[in-house]
Amino acid sequence: MNAFLDAWTWLTTAEHWAGPGGIWTRLGEHLYLTGVSMVIACLLTLPLALWLGHTPVASGGGGRGKRLGSAVAVNITNAGRAVPTFAVLVVLMLTPLGEGGVTTPTVIALVLFALPPLLTNAYVGAAEADPDVVEAARGMGMSSRQLMLRIELPLAFPMIMTGIRTATVQVVATATLAALVGGGGLGRIITAGFANQNTAQVVAGAVLVAALALVVEGVLVGAQRLLTPGRRARVRGGGGGGELPPEEREDGARAVGAPAGAA
Amino acid sequence: MSASNCLTANAWICGEYLRTRREELVDATLQHIAITGTAVVLAVLLAFPLALLARRYRRLTGTVLTLTTVVYTIPTLAMYALLLPVFGLSASVVVCGLVLYSLTILVRNMLAGLDGVPEDAREAARGMGFGPGRLLFRVELPLALPALMAGVRIATVSAVSLTTVGAIVGNGGLGNLIYSGMDSLFKAQVLTASVLCVVLAVVADVLLLVLQRALTPWARARDGGGRGRRRGGAPGPGDGGHPPDGGAGAVPPGSGGDTDPLAKPAGDDRPIAAGAPGARQEADR
Repeated sequence: MNAFLDAWTWLTTAEHWAGPGGIWTRLGEHLYLTGVSMVIACLLTLPLALWLGHTPVASGGGGRGKRLGSAVAVNITNAGRAVPTFAVLVVLMLTPLGEGGVTTPTVIALVLFALPPLLTNAYVGAAEADPDVVEAARGMGMSSRQLMLRIELPLAFPMIMTGIRTATVQVVATATLAALVGGGGLGRIITAGFANQNTAQVVAGAVLVAALALVVEGVLVGAQRLLTPGRRARVRGGGGGGELPPEEREDGARAVGAPAGAA
Repeated sequence: MSASNCLTANAWICGEYLRTRREELVDATLQHIAITGTAVVLAVLLAFPLALLARRYRRLTGTVLTLTTVVYTIPTLAMYALLLPVFGLSASVVVCGLVLYSLTILVRNMLAGLDGVPEDAREAARGMGFGPGRLLFRVELPLALPALMAGVRIATVSAVSLTTVGAIVGNGGLGNLIYSGMDSLFKAQVLTASVLCVVLAVVADVLLLVLQRALTPWARARDGGGRGRRRGGAPGPGDGGHPPDGGAGAVPPGSGGDTDPLAKPAGDDRPIAAGAPGARQEADR
């Protein structure tokens, strides 16, 4: 396990942290790529997912959007798993988009990668809003719009947060691949280590990325708890855990996570 | 003429490329299949005893699930990099990384599948004098098969996609072609290899689905009339709650901090089983 001791030495060397190619810079680049991609992905997906999961006031339950939504949710998740992000990234690099630099292709690839978990979770959250509550809201004379914004959105919130969390962790992990096409981020430490045949650096970079992914996961779990008041109480009251009743999902549309490092 | 010119013109789609580099493509595809196949087979062989252990010793379940979740959070590139000092520059790095990722999915799905076996079926088998071994292989395993196969399908499709990153250690199958194509800006090579990769994933998925159908003829027979019955099924341990805290139900493998993993396997797995007959089977208890 000498390699890991060497990696520790590499990590604790102050000069590796400072400077333009230092760990702090790479960390900043990594977070920037993740942040931009996640914001774009959320803006693209969440309204669409809410619309797809919306129960129209006039309908008796499953509207056209809902049926379309479950089809989209299942297929986009399966497709997302089969398409390697690395391949998407390289293909984008060779298109005119790649001429302006690495950032645009990377962000596009990451956004595409973040779409499935975001869309699926938010859709399931909105579509599975307690039918009794939706019914009651409709009985109170709420319009479609009010129903969507004041009932379905809040009820879907925990699921939306779960989707954001999954997607963010995956994007943090996958942003590493930017380094393979010459972009920034923590992956650069790994690829630079490969180039110099410096195993200590490779392992150090890997530890950094893995640690960042775990930290982000932890922070988002915390944020989710804080932002969703009453969550704990409900979980406790829920008996066997607040899981979705499987029988409600004929289509199998569910929140799905792909491997964090999915390439 | 235009066909042979597409190489010099660096076109995205090029028949000439397919003809002249055929061997290279076949080799890369075969390596891709070999790496993915080895990894998934090893993972299945390892996941089985692990799932049985986790089931036998309930206290282990939480630990196993947490561990596999952590593994899932490690980025592919980092995973291969971490395994590098252990194996050196070889295909073992990629295979081992893929095994670890696949284990995550498989152990969860096997646990969920085994948990989903109706207690009645177990009781009946015991009443018929089945020992633990026969009970497992003749009753529980066949009943858990759809959930298990759903896991295998997802693990395989993910593994096909993750293998490409193995290019960083020179063993990425089609990923190697993508990687070298990127350096030489060879568009036809990059696109062809990428498309082959997706095709490979889809074909593997379909083949496994066919295998699953062949292995579980009873599920097919029930598919026709099962829909209505499913809804009336008695709620099992994990089925009770309402969606309010959708969080738990939708927790994907990549979510570490959630409490009480013991309560999770059933619900936690269905995401993995999405869209697959496995979900159907599980829901049927």
